[in-house]
Formats: sequence, C-alpha cells, structure tokens
Amino acid sequence: MSASVETIRELAQQEYKWGFVTKIDEDRVPKGLNEAIVRLISERKGEPEWMLDWRLKALRHWMSVEREQGEPEWANVKYGPIDYQDIVYYSAPKQRPVVDSLDAIDPEILRTYEKLGIPLEEQKRLAGVAVDAVFDSVSVATTFKGKLAEMGVIFCSFSDAVKNHPDLVKKYLGTVVPHTDNFFAALNAAVFTDGSFVYVPKGVRCPMELSTYFRINAAETGQFERTLIVADEGAYVSYLEGCTAPIRDENQLHAAVVELVALDNATIKYSTVQNWYPGDKEGRGGIYNFVTKRGKCLGVNSKISWTQVETGSAITWKYPGCILQGDNSVGEFYSVALTNNRQQADTGTKMIHIGKNTRSTIVSKGISAGYGQNTYRGQVKIMKGATGARNYTQCDSLLIGDRCGAHTFPYIDVRNSTARMEHEASTSKIGENQLFYLRQRGLKTEDAVSMIVNGFCKTVFRELPMEFAVEAQKLLGVSLEGSVG
Amino acid sequence: MSLLEIKNLHASVDGHEILKGVDLTMNPGEVHSIMGPNGSGKSTLAAVLARRESFEVTAGEALYDGKDLLAMKPEDAACEGVFLAFQYPVEIPGIGNAYFLRSAMNAIRKYRGQDELDAMDFLPLFREKVKLLEMDGALMNRSLNEGFSGGEKKRNEILQMAMLQPKLAILDETDSGLDIDALRIVAQGVNALRSPERSFLVITHYQRLLNYITPHFVHVLVDGKIVRSGGPELALELEEKGYGWAEPDQVPA
Ligand SMILES: Nc1ncnc2c1ncn2[C@@H]1O[C@H](COP(=O)(O)OP(=O)(O)OP(=O)(O)O)[C@@H](O)[C@H]1O
Ligand SMILES: [Mg+2]
Repeated sequence: MSASVETIRELAQQEYKWGFVTKIDEDRVPKGLNEAIVRLISERKGEPEWMLDWRLKALRHWMSVEREQGEPEWANVKYGPIDYQDIVYYSAPKQRPVVDSLDAIDPEILRTYEKLGIPLEEQKRLAGVAVDAVFDSVSVATTFKGKLAEMGVIFCSFSDAVKNHPDLVKKYLGTVVPHTDNFFAALNAAVFTDGSFVYVPKGVRCPMELSTYFRINAAETGQFERTLIVADEGAYVSYLEGCTAPIRDENQLHAAVVELVALDNATIKYSTVQNWYPGDKEGRGGIYNFVTKRGKCLGVNSKISWTQVETGSAITWKYPGCILQGDNSVGEFYSVALTNNRQQADTGTKMIHIGKNTRSTIVSKGISAGYGQNTYRGQVKIMKGATGARNYTQCDSLLIGDRCGAHTFPYIDVRNSTARMEHEASTSKIGENQLFYLRQRGLKTEDAVSMIVNGFCKTVFRELPMEFAVEAQKLLGVSLEGSVG
Repeated sequence: MSLLEIKNLHASVDGHEILKGVDLTMNPGEVHSIMGPNGSGKSTLAAVLARRESFEVTAGEALYDGKDLLAMKPEDAACEGVFLAFQYPVEIPGIGNAYFLRSAMNAIRKYRGQDELDAMDFLPLFREKVKLLEMDGALMNRSLNEGFSGGEKKRNEILQMAMLQPKLAILDETDSGLDIDALRIVAQGVNALRSPERSFLVITHYQRLLNYITPHFVHVLVDGKIVRSGGPELALELEEKGYGWAEPDQVPA
C-alpha cells in the first residue's frame, strides 16, 4: 500500500487540484429556508406525504432551536455567523438523469467524475467498486445495480429508496440520528436532498465495496446529503465515501447525516476520505463540514467500524460514533485528521456502551501544520447494564512547526464497575533530527515530512481498503504542501 | 583531484563555536580516521559535512568533488554521494526499512537522471546486503530502527551504506556498542566497499576497529581543531598514552 515517495512529491507541489467548476444547467430553488422551500424541495423530488411531514417536523424543531439557542458553540472552532437565509438548499443538474443508463447523463458531469478519477464507467467494473455519485444535491448514477440486485442488495440514491423502498426507509430513518439530535442534524432532516441508501439482506456478504462520491459544484449552495445503511442479520458491507468541491472564495456549508444500523451478527465498515476544498492559505473560502454520523449496533455480536481520513474542509465538526446496544457488539473508530494553513478540525467519536461485553476501539491521529488547529473530542460512556464493557483509546497528535495547535478532550463516563478502560495519548513534533536523518539519505524535505506523517498514520491507513489507502497517502502529501519551509 | 578539501572550517551551534578551524584533505580511495576526546567536535564535523542546518558555518570552505559542499542542502549532498552513518541513528515509526531504503535509492537515482528501481529490481539487492551484514531478516520487516538494539541500529547504518554506495562515507562511532562478532561483520561490510574511488572518514574512539579497517591517516581532533595527524601507528600511540599526550601544549614544537 506504499505509494511511492515520488508520487507524493509530485502531488505535494500541486495546489488543490479538484477545484474546477463544471458548467452545467442547474435547476435550483430560491435562497432561504422556510416551510415553502421545504415543500418545494419535497415537490421537486416527487416525495410522498409522509416524507414531507417528516421534513416539516424537523424544520419546525430547527427553527425553534435557531431562535432560542442558535448553533452549538462548544466546539473548539471559530467562524463568523452563518446566514441560513442566504443559502440555496436545492440545486440539481437540469437534465434529470435516468438512473442506470450512464448515456443519459450530461457528459459534462461524467467528465467531472472522470477528472476526479472516479470509476463510473462500465469498464471499471473490474475494480469491484459500485459507485453512487451525488452531484450537488442529486444522485446522478448508481452503477452495478443489477449485479447487486441479484443478491438482494439495495444500493440506490436516497430519493429512489423513498419511492421504491418506503417501508425500509420509514422503519429506520431517524432511528439513529433523530432530527432532535443537534442543530445541524435538524437542518439536514428538513432540507436533505439526496444521498445513498443501502440495505444488505440477511446472511448476505456484499460482494463489492459500495462507494459514493460527493461533489459540490454550484455556487452559494449547501450540500445536505443523507445516507442510511442497514445490514440485516449476519450481513456484511463495506462502504466508502469521497468528497471534493471547487475552489470558491465564499464558505459553503455541508451538513450531512449518516445513519448505520447493524442487526444481529452484522458488520458495517464505513470509510471516508474527506477532501472538501479547505480554503486558501489565508483561510478564505472552504467548506464548513458539519456532519453527524452515527451507527447503532442493534443486534448481538454486531460490529460497526468507522475509518476516516479528514484532510479537507475549512472547518470540520464531526464525531462518528457507535451505540453499542446488542450484547457483545463492537464499535471502532480510526481517524486521521490533518489541518494545515488556517484549517480547523474538531473531530472524534462517541462510544455508548449499553449491551453486555461490548467493546470499542478508538485510534485517533491528529496532524497540525501551518496555523492549523486540531481537536480530538471523544466520549466513552459505559451504561449501568454494560457489564464487562471494554474500551481502548489511543490518541496521538503530531505537530509540524510551532504556530499550529493540538487539543484533546476525552470524556469518560463509567457507570458499571466491571468496565475496563485503557487510554493512551501522545503529542510529538516532527523532530529536526528525524528530518535530517531522512534528508541525509537523499529525500527532499517535503518527502521526508510525508514519510514521517504517513508512518504516524499507518495504524489507521491499515484499516482502509487498499485503493483508498493509496489515495489517502497521496492526499496527505498534497495537504501538507508548504507546511515546512 | 582530491575528493574532499576542508580549509579553516569554523562552525557554531546555538552561538557556541565548536569547530575552530579544521583543515583536512582526502583523496579518492583513502581511509582517514578521526579520534579525539568526548565533546571535541567530531560529530559536529560529520554533521556539518552532511549539511545539518542547525550547525552554522561561520568561516572556511569545503570542496567536495570540486563542488562547494557548504552550499548544498543535506539531500543534495546525499545525492552527490555523501553518506553519514549516524552515531545515534533515528527511529521513524510506521515506515518499513525496505520501503524507506528504496525511496532513498530512487530519490538519489532520480537526482542522477537514472531510472527508478521497482520492487523486483530492489529486493534481490536488498536481500544480498542483508545477508552480507548477517542481519535478521525479520528485523527488516519492522519500522525503521524502531525498537532496534544499539548494535542493530549501527549495523543497519552500514546496510544502508552498502545499498546507497556513496563516494564519501562518514562513519560516526559506528563501532561503539557493537559486540565482537558484529564489529567484525561491520568491518567486513566496510572493507567490501573499499575501492579506489570511494573514501571513508572513520570517527572512532578505539584502535580495535582500525585493526580491521586499516586507515591511511589518523587525525586527532581536540577542542575543534586537528592537533595532530599521522599514519595508522598514531592510533596505537594514542591508545597507549591518551589524548593529553597529543594536545598542542604537551607536544614540543
Ligand atoms: N545544541 C548545542 N548547544 C550547545 N552545545 C552543543 C550543542 N550541540 C553540541 N554541543 C556541544 O558541542 C561539543 C561537540 O559535540 P560533538 O557531538 O561534536 O562531540 P564529539 O566529539 O562527537 O563527542 P563524542 O565523542 O562524545 O561523540 C560538545 O561539547 C557538545 O556539548
Ligand atoms: Mg560524537
């Protein structure tokens, strides 16, 4: 999985290369957020009544929270006020794509995904990755539907799921992240536009990695996707998501929600490589990545594993967690978060142990460079009935230069005396002696830094599917550009 | 033409002058040994030649292969063929030995306009050197120097040298911390590399290494200056009489 240092070096000399804009006709609703807008979104998407009602309930909740409390302020990030009335909540490529037939998609969009290196075309079938691509607000293509359908696996856009699998959606939507969970979750529930839906039936091991690429293209829009993954008894699925956005001076809001449900003996592996536009060196522009991701290990012996590589976004606010309800269930969180220049990240996880003999593992690697601020925030809660629960937390920070910061906020709440908790933490700096050693062997400074950082992240990269691991390594190289000089 | 020509080299770290006028000339194929008391500046000299940036050169010059060595960055000096076997090799967690070495070799090859080595070209070469230095193959699957014993680290330095094939190899107390067998193996590794084009600057405290690697010249560095130079017999004399004997005020003019 070792990307050659040369590749990293070449990449390290590039600016954010995903920053182009695709010219296509958009169908967008007017700016602003109110009941009429939500109705409009729901109508554009041809949704049934129950879905609209669900949205409206969330909108009312969000409006009251906004009025009374505003956005959450506890995170260790700083940004100016967001004007929620100045955002376009729905933008879609004008030509509505016919799912399953890539020929029907605007060639400009296909070219965009090609530029992003995303295997949408059929010949990439060999890669064994099924792809759903969300362009601005709408899912434009889902490949391999047929092959998956043979096994009973449903992998489609959220909109299609609402139409074609309403019972499943109704049964699980909002059961892990209710609209009352937090400010951004409420906002998402009101205006979410698309996302992916996955259902893996009993006993089925999903034969390929399922993957979604998110792309924000339109200006002044927010992206509010919603993903729901359900693994039925004994099922297994590995899901990947990647994200990019064009370079724009203004900040754009991305407030996604992801819900995972694992029934008895089921396993869900969810991997993210987040590379939204991070803003420029002075901190102008960039995505506000305020997302809520949570999984529920509902059944016995179930397992949910989150792996994230967060290199993009101006601000990241994200705590993928697990509710370990079933006895013997397992939750994992492996994270690499990198902040360079003026980027800020407040990220971590929540592990809530409810069932007996539940286990969780947290490995967090934070890298700060430039003026970047990197916060790990983690909560481990052992409830009264969680006899025999175990948690292992390892939380390491790496500093590059002396203008950046690393912060750690572990919260531990143990209500059962049989719990076993282990916590390790470290903060280190890339040492001049390490750099000199590598440079003395012929490596350029930036390659030496990449190498040290990649080594630091190894325990997390090991958790990623192979091709994502290579991608993640390259990304780190690019994101670290200019951090040592 | 000499391979290395150092004239009146002065260097400081954090405002302290450590090297106070070093002169040294090495021809291709020669082995020079530097001895001297603790803290006299031997490692500093090695680091300055390898272009460590925290050491500031305040006066003097150093020509390497006819080029201004002191104007080079560490990686450029390395690519030009300068290799330093560290007194204290550094640990890099998470990076495999073989991966690191291949990256280093390819960085140097690229600098020289040569094709990169892929894993298939690299591995046989690597295995051969691992065998030459009688190293435990399992060690090579671990991270670079991480958790290596003192002696294992030193041997790994020589392994790297054998792979990178430098023109000027500076060995900073590579013999310290080696057991008797390891000393012999390391010396064999060095001797296997001796050639009419390649020069060695061997920093050591002990005559015993020089039993295996016979130097052409021995220099004594005291307080940032070379106070005495001679043939291999000088090392024997030092061992017998101590450094005090070699210091300027002890030596009749
Ligand atoms: N950062 C520093 N600040 C001040 N003095 C330093 C610094 N680094 C090294 N020195 C000093 O420079 C002097 C020379 O050190 P150097 O490591 O070159 O000695 P050496 O001859 O290699 O010794 P040894 O035989 O113990 O390896 C020592 O007195 C050391 O304390
Ligand atoms: Mg020394």
